[in-house]
Amino acid sequence: MEYTTPNFTKDMIHTHKILIPNMAVTQFRLMEAALEKEGYQVEVLGNCGSEVAQLGLKYVHNDTCYPALLVIGQFIDALNSGKYDLDHTALLITQTGGGCRASNYISLLRKALVKAGYGNIPVASLNFSGLEKDSGIPLTAKLLRKVIAAIFYGDLLASLRNQVHPYQNEPGAAEAMTEKWIRTIQGWMHEDKYYSAHDMKAKFPDIVADYAAIPITRVPKVKVGVVGEIYVKYSPLGNNDLEKFLESQDCEVNLPGLMGFVEYCIANYTITQKLYGGNVIVAGGADALLSWLDSIGNAMNAALRKYGFYAPGSFRELMEKPKGIVSLGAKMGEGWLLTAEMIELVEGGYANIVCAQPFGCLPNHIVGKGMINKIRALHPEANITPVDYDPSATRVNQENRIKLMLAVAKERLQTGAAEAPAVTAEDLAGGAPSVKTTVPAGM
Amino acid sequence: MRVGLDIGSTTIKCVVLNDADELVYSTYERHYSHILEKGREILSRIDSDYLHGEKALLAISGSAGMGLADSCKVSFVQEVFATRVAANRLAPGTDCIIELGGEDAKILFLTNGTEVRMNGSCAGGTGAFIDQMATLLKMTADEMDKAAQTATRTYTIASRCGVFAKSDIQPLINQGALAGDIARSIYQAVVNQTIAGLAQGRPIKGNVLYLGGPLTFSSVLRQCFDETLHVKGTCPENSLLYVALGAAYYADESFSLREVSQRLEQYSATATYASQPPLFASKQEYEEFHARHMKATVPCLPFGADCGPVHIGIDSGSTTIKLVVIDDNSNILFTSYQPNLGNPVPIVREVLTKLYENHPNLHIASVTTTGYGEALIKNAFHADFGLVETVAHFTAAKYFMPNVDFIIDIGGQDMKCFKIEDGAISNIFLNEACSSGCGSFLQTFAKALGYDVKEFAALGLFADRPVDLGSRCTVFMNSSVKQAQKDGATIENISAGLSISVVKNALYKVIRASSPEELGRNIVVQGGTFYNEAVLRAFEKEMNVEVIRPDIAGLMGAYGAALHGKSKVAAGHVSSVLTPEQLKAFEQKVTSVQCKGCGNHCQLTINVFADGKRFISGNRCEKPVTGKASDESLDLYAYKLALLLDYKPVKGSRNKKIGIPLCLNMYELLPFWHSFFTTLGFEVVTSPVSSRALYQEGQATIPSDTACFPAKLAHGHIAELAKMGVDAIFYPCMTYNVDEGLGQNHYNCPVVAYYPEVLAGNCPELEHIPFFYEYIDISRRKDFTAKMPKLLAKYFPDVTRGEVKKAIDAAYAEYTRHMALVRQKGEQIIEKARAEHRRIIVLAGRPYHVDPEVNHGIDKLILQQGAAVVTEDSISDRVQPFKTSVLNQWTYHSRLYAAARYCTTQSDMDLVQLVSFGCGVDAITTDETREILQEGGKLYTQLKIDEITNLGAVNIRLRSLFAALDEKSGKA
Repeated sequence: MEYTTPNFTKDMIHTHKILIPNMAVTQFRLMEAALEKEGYQVEVLGNCGSEVAQLGLKYVHNDTCYPALLVIGQFIDALNSGKYDLDHTALLITQTGGGCRASNYISLLRKALVKAGYGNIPVASLNFSGLEKDSGIPLTAKLLRKVIAAIFYGDLLASLRNQVHPYQNEPGAAEAMTEKWIRTIQGWMHEDKYYSAHDMKAKFPDIVADYAAIPITRVPKVKVGVVGEIYVKYSPLGNNDLEKFLESQDCEVNLPGLMGFVEYCIANYTITQKLYGGNVIVAGGADALLSWLDSIGNAMNAALRKYGFYAPGSFRELMEKPKGIVSLGAKMGEGWLLTAEMIELVEGGYANIVCAQPFGCLPNHIVGKGMINKIRALHPEANITPVDYDPSATRVNQENRIKLMLAVAKERLQTGAAEAPAVTAEDLAGGAPSVKTTVPAGM
Repeated sequence: MRVGLDIGSTTIKCVVLNDADELVYSTYERHYSHILEKGREILSRIDSDYLHGEKALLAISGSAGMGLADSCKVSFVQEVFATRVAANRLAPGTDCIIELGGEDAKILFLTNGTEVRMNGSCAGGTGAFIDQMATLLKMTADEMDKAAQTATRTYTIASRCGVFAKSDIQPLINQGALAGDIARSIYQAVVNQTIAGLAQGRPIKGNVLYLGGPLTFSSVLRQCFDETLHVKGTCPENSLLYVALGAAYYADESFSLREVSQRLEQYSATATYASQPPLFASKQEYEEFHARHMKATVPCLPFGADCGPVHIGIDSGSTTIKLVVIDDNSNILFTSYQPNLGNPVPIVREVLTKLYENHPNLHIASVTTTGYGEALIKNAFHADFGLVETVAHFTAAKYFMPNVDFIIDIGGQDMKCFKIEDGAISNIFLNEACSSGCGSFLQTFAKALGYDVKEFAALGLFADRPVDLGSRCTVFMNSSVKQAQKDGATIENISAGLSISVVKNALYKVIRASSPEELGRNIVVQGGTFYNEAVLRAFEKEMNVEVIRPDIAGLMGAYGAALHGKSKVAAGHVSSVLTPEQLKAFEQKVTSVQCKGCGNHCQLTINVFADGKRFISGNRCEKPVTGKASDESLDLYAYKLALLLDYKPVKGSRNKKIGIPLCLNMYELLPFWHSFFTTLGFEVVTSPVSSRALYQEGQATIPSDTACFPAKLAHGHIAELAKMGVDAIFYPCMTYNVDEGLGQNHYNCPVVAYYPEVLAGNCPELEHIPFFYEYIDISRRKDFTAKMPKLLAKYFPDVTRGEVKKAIDAAYAEYTRHMALVRQKGEQIIEKARAEHRRIIVLAGRPYHVDPEVNHGIDKLILQQGAAVVTEDSISDRVQPFKTSVLNQWTYHSRLYAAARYCTTQSDMDLVQLVSFGCGVDAITTDETREILQEGGKLYTQLKIDEITNLGAVNIRLRSLFAALDEKSGKA
């Protein structure tokens, strides 16, 4: 049995409006601008509410992961809304590929569309794994570079906003600054400016300096890192506005950047080739690409540190983190990246971690919940709480669990944290903490 | 003065401390979800009795207290944290606290690294769970504790979540197990659940403190914890008040309680929650609706002496027992509908006795039994026929609507739906263990809120803004309701919301319909729950179709059974049912034993009746009944398992032992690795076949309680291997499986691929034993051959490249031989079945479903029905690769699709899919398999399995399948 919907073709770029599900808000707003400039008419969906989940439940197998339910529910809700000309609307969905069931989202979307009577809506796939060759969205090299720039700039703005917001003297200052920069960078995208690696590296310090000028008062606050399944980690729709909730609890929040996931996907080509064999040229190409991206990331991190903000280590350093805990061979879903980010956060002073995943997420049984014991053994200060998200897990329940984690964190903050020295952003300005994990012999 | 207020899921607790921190007042009461009112009342009471308008230090805690604390701007203390504060003061020296509340279970480790654990969102409530089970046993919580003290044995009850346990307990009740034994088993299940879910590998020892309602009130529960943990825990003074006390100690801000109480009043005035349109727009709409449904009736005639021969149908359901007497014209003469009180037998006896007494000279022409207790009642009373319940319901539905094409039945604990095509049941949906609840949930909920269920349901009819509670399992619904209450939803709106949720569960969770057209336009709804007009209305609204609800909606099974009996007997037939005299002498003795016939160790319940007739239930095969082992010559599952068990340790030249856990993909790759290491000169030992004991051995180290059962079993296998004196354990990570060219890729699922990582990180045994869990890809033979020597050298430096090469050749050869054997045997079974005119069932799962602890002997159940059993991998090579609508990228699942496709080409072959609870991949594969089969005109049957040992529902489904197949092929 096959459910077919039309593929997205080149001609459609000019005739169709492309709907994109929302995930990482800041990054996606910049990407929207990049696509618009290249002639695409895009809209990042903002519709939410209970109808979205209900439609997801109606058209997708209920045991499928929550992100699939939400993304598909959001699409169908949008198509139902009457706001779009159905003969000239297309949908864009990202596909990670790999052994996780998430690689099936596009099939599930097609099936749902046919069932809901929207079998004529073209579906485009955005992926870097060579899947769905016929329906991949046509991307020029220039556009691809702009998308990368959008992610880098977006990650930077999100990180800065999160580090300034809790300490700002004037409420709303960090938010206003972020809005200003989003508009500025959208402008760059429209004018084809500053998306090259070279320009980005030059612009990063300007942006950071601007944020550093916001008057703040440093008081010790509970620092919370968020890791998890990519959609649930970023999407306010998926995680019941987790970031806002944590901020309302007077925490500083750290969401490791979206570029990390892109780099993870690229790194896996090389890792897979090393482990099992395969095309050396592809692996080498991927490695070169990774180095290029990492050089941009490093410039960004250096800019952050220069003005006293916290920045993680380079991606190459991140790849060293899971050693002795989980192998880099675990590459389904968020795979080793999730474990690596947890360690990076703990070592960076964000020992309190929310590990967010859809209920029943298979990779996270392994790299999330499965690794917590080991991380705790190596870093006793780690205070990690896994939280499951699904259409019926109530907010109360989730927030209650998070509050438990925060209660422990606050106590540690007050007693001066017996095991871990309180690390402030200033302390870290000199660089990321060194790798402290011990590696058992023979591994 | 200090005041601590603890608002839990079912109770509210409050303490007042004087300036010397002495307890001057405390209260513990059920709030029946009237949180705001209760909170206000208690605060004003304290204000007027103790504070007289003075300010006091106040903090609020408890799972239901969070939003409330925010809204009245009082500081909130997380409850586990509060417990810790209290314990540090009141019980210094405590190592570990176990606290069970209304819906939460918590473990706090205080020494050697403080850690707090709470149950996950799936684990269900414990206090609420015990209440629910007590309701099921028709006891109060106190009575249940008393009964448990008399227990002599413990049954195995699934310890995952309340709903699962319930489906284990129900059959025990139906089979007549003693209430005391069941009660104790329930407490033991709570203990197992708490330890498995929360300890996660950390041992509980030292001074243990028991807190919270259930542990305070039940001595047996404490005893079960003591025995299981090998500790002597204490339940301290004020064990119910620790959270409140902790909140009081923690409080650091003063409030006027009068003001706080006033703020609460304002809060309750705002009703902000997600709502849905009302069920009825007007009174008139309701009246039309009501009148329409009053028309679907069966004529009821007075039960006079001249009624002629009668037919009796008995439906022994999960919670109720229904009996219908009809005359030769299908008119109803008598009906009885009552709760089964845990044992249906005495009730049936009483009703039959009354029938005989009131109607001397009654000519009973036939008695037919159906439902969960079908076999028990049939045997006890010598009924003429037993009928699988799905067919009974279909028979009754046809009476009301000859062209019926869809039937949905929502009963006490189960939900059944079936589609009818060409006069036969073409598709059956039963609720999986995780979404049951339905009727009994509404009932328990009504009770928890202090209402009678009828009254409760009626409240919802005219609710103006029904709460949107979503659709999911009942455990989740509990907390949604709590949330709605906090948001100020009225009881009317909650009632309506619950009714709508029951319908949504049925439609989107069980049937997964997306449009009414898909289900059919001629729908009969039945089952006791549809007497609830709110549910009925919600169903019509959601489906956008007018349905028929017979006036005997709750009696359809019994009525259908009676009709079946009527159609089966010739005129003048006299039923074999017990005569009045026999009925008088009737006796029932119930004992229960564990069968020692084979590794399944079935828990048998043996009913002995006055005439000496025995009825055994709980068995999977015929052995305990007939004394003979089942014929396994038609069972490919048994053959595959036997093949694997043939791989015995061979002493090798290296004098080293390699341990291989017999779990997950090792069920297919054991031949490969056994041959590999044996060729290298290692002695290969495997862990024993899974068992309950093996599972429990490892259960404390499972980090994620929602992983699938086959994965969780792996922990037990590691624990066993550790005891076998091995030099290393071998269990590689495998992103990729073998490539059979059936799909677009050949992955393993993430759990199969990387579970060794979880074992390495969580099994303490592996700290002392070298554990080989390198990443290996055997689908690339050349690369594998090149890379393996290096990997192996890390553990065994003396193994040479040449030796490894030889061993790899042997391994591939052995694997190929093994798969060929399986396929050959499959072919033989198919030929034999055809020669004997048997149906062939492809019991499709994954290699590890061969594990008897995982498949629960379902293969044997199918054999019992007279069919042969083959596996998906024995026939998956018989079709060409084809396009699927989903991404076909997992080797095991590619076989599944291929097997399904092959089935559609064979008239005598049908597929039954085994699905492990928690298998995320199967959310994708089930729909695809269903579509492949239906496109080819085949029925789709899915069996969801977990650690559950109850096979009642599985049996009904299998029997319905066979009944439908017979109907289809015109054999009926």
